[in-house]
Amino acid sequence: MTQTDDFILQTRGLTKEFKGFTAVSEVDLNVRRHTIHALIGPNGAGKTTVFNLLTKFLIPTRGSIAFNGRDITNAKPAEISRMGVVRSFQISAVFPHMTARENVRVALQRKLGTSFHFWRAAKSLNKLNDRADELLGMVGLERFSEAIVADLPYGRKRALEIATTLALEPEMMLLDEPTQGMGREDVELITQLIRKVSANRTILMVEHNLGVVSTLCDRITVLQRGALLTEGTYAEVSADPRVKEAYMGKAA
Amino acid sequence: MKKYSGYLIALGLLMLAPTMIYPVFLMKLLCFALFASAFNLILGYGGLLSFGHAAFFGGASYITGHALKVWGLPTELGILFGAAVAGLMGLAIGMLAIRRHGIYFAMITLAMAQMAYFLFVSSPFTGGENGLQGVPRGTALGMIDLQNDMSMYYFVLAIFVIGFLIIARTVHSPFGQVLSAIRDNEDRARSLGYDIERYKLLAFVISATLAGLAGGTKTVVFQLASLTDVHWHMSGEVVLMTLLGGLGTIAGPAVGAGIIITLQNYLASGPLAAWVPVVLGVIFVICVLAFRRGVVGELRELIKRQF
Repeated sequence: MTQTDDFILQTRGLTKEFKGFTAVSEVDLNVRRHTIHALIGPNGAGKTTVFNLLTKFLIPTRGSIAFNGRDITNAKPAEISRMGVVRSFQISAVFPHMTARENVRVALQRKLGTSFHFWRAAKSLNKLNDRADELLGMVGLERFSEAIVADLPYGRKRALEIATTLALEPEMMLLDEPTQGMGREDVELITQLIRKVSANRTILMVEHNLGVVSTLCDRITVLQRGALLTEGTYAEVSADPRVKEAYMGKAA
Repeated sequence: MKKYSGYLIALGLLMLAPTMIYPVFLMKLLCFALFASAFNLILGYGGLLSFGHAAFFGGASYITGHALKVWGLPTELGILFGAAVAGLMGLAIGMLAIRRHGIYFAMITLAMAQMAYFLFVSSPFTGGENGLQGVPRGTALGMIDLQNDMSMYYFVLAIFVIGFLIIARTVHSPFGQVLSAIRDNEDRARSLGYDIERYKLLAFVISATLAGLAGGTKTVVFQLASLTDVHWHMSGEVVLMTLLGGLGTIAGPAVGAGIIITLQNYLASGPLAAWVPVVLGVIFVICVLAFRRGVVGELRELIKRQF
């Protein structure tokens, strides 16, 4: 297998079978460094399965995954997170009974190395508050740092999720349908946010909203029935008749 | 200091209590309050329903009894030894169970605790059905004679306060923050780079150790370790205490234990003596239906709404 330094994440022959059903079949994915890369496809194309394979929440049946040229096929979710690949979830992944600041702090505190210290006061985490508030500011949540997260509206929760992810300073962010279930205003907010945080970072996102994909993404991979259909820029992909067919069915 | 004023008042009342109330009853209450608080650490803050905590409580109770009676260890060392053994049992059971969730976790802990129960029934050192009797109370720190109920009371109170402080600190520590995060959203905590099983396991071991501390102390108070303490009924009772008092609140489980033990005590001598389990069952049903947050949880909610 040859690895080009230009690619941050590469898969070769990635396959996942569930009891005879092949959800993902022989996918070769190449994600270029410092791009926003989208994974699209009709319902049931296997986008979320590919996503869960990449983030190690599922184990591939066959094939390999390399991050920065290093094989991570058998790594654990927590391990790749520490390597700099951090994911988000389809439904908002926050800690609802904690405040917004505490949410971000949970991500920040791992680096202190005191996370197993049950004899130390939680006050020792206060030195992270400034950095946490700064991150909350980046996503427009500075006024909500003391709010219990369960009480925040949906769009704010997604923004908080991004702030929490940013706290880890990931080299690569994997976003699972970041605008799913949002009103137009929130979609706009999150789109701008993703653009803002994509500086010096690679982002791979699964997204249904083609409007978001067309404004944000540099490269697009289209999946159909678990296999790779095509890859290219939005203009290239949207001009491809096979893509139209996959979404609309065969034209009469 | 205002934050702690409630606890300081409670401590003051506990200091004065034995002048008005039978100290042995109070000691029993403190032991169960500590047991329930330890249990709450894993259920209320770790989100794991253990149905085998009797193994740690009752196990430590036998170990402490044996260490004091047969080996002649000093009282405080015997209790600590019991707690340490309970912690090791927690490590062994925890390692097997911690990867399971919800009902499966409860079932594995129950099964392991039942194994421990049969082990204790059949071991000669526990005295089987008769229990381990005649455990000497000894002296505290080699000076204070614990045969006196009053000095024994203050000894138990000290152990309770230490145990309670360890729990309160654990909840409000960097570790406690990660634990809350794991309880709230396990997958997210994993994706932030935490090996969640290791955090849960540590919480389980701390909980088991402190449950053992409570069990060992109870043996010294009653000079007896019996099968009741290791029976699965005890695992159920501690769930009841915790839920009644308020899951995931610091003071709740202690309050719940107080209510249950007081009820048991009063009902046992009245006309309802044969009906104690029924009365407790009805209380449990009312608690689940009407005030799900438990006594302390509901009070806290009430105060929050007032201001």
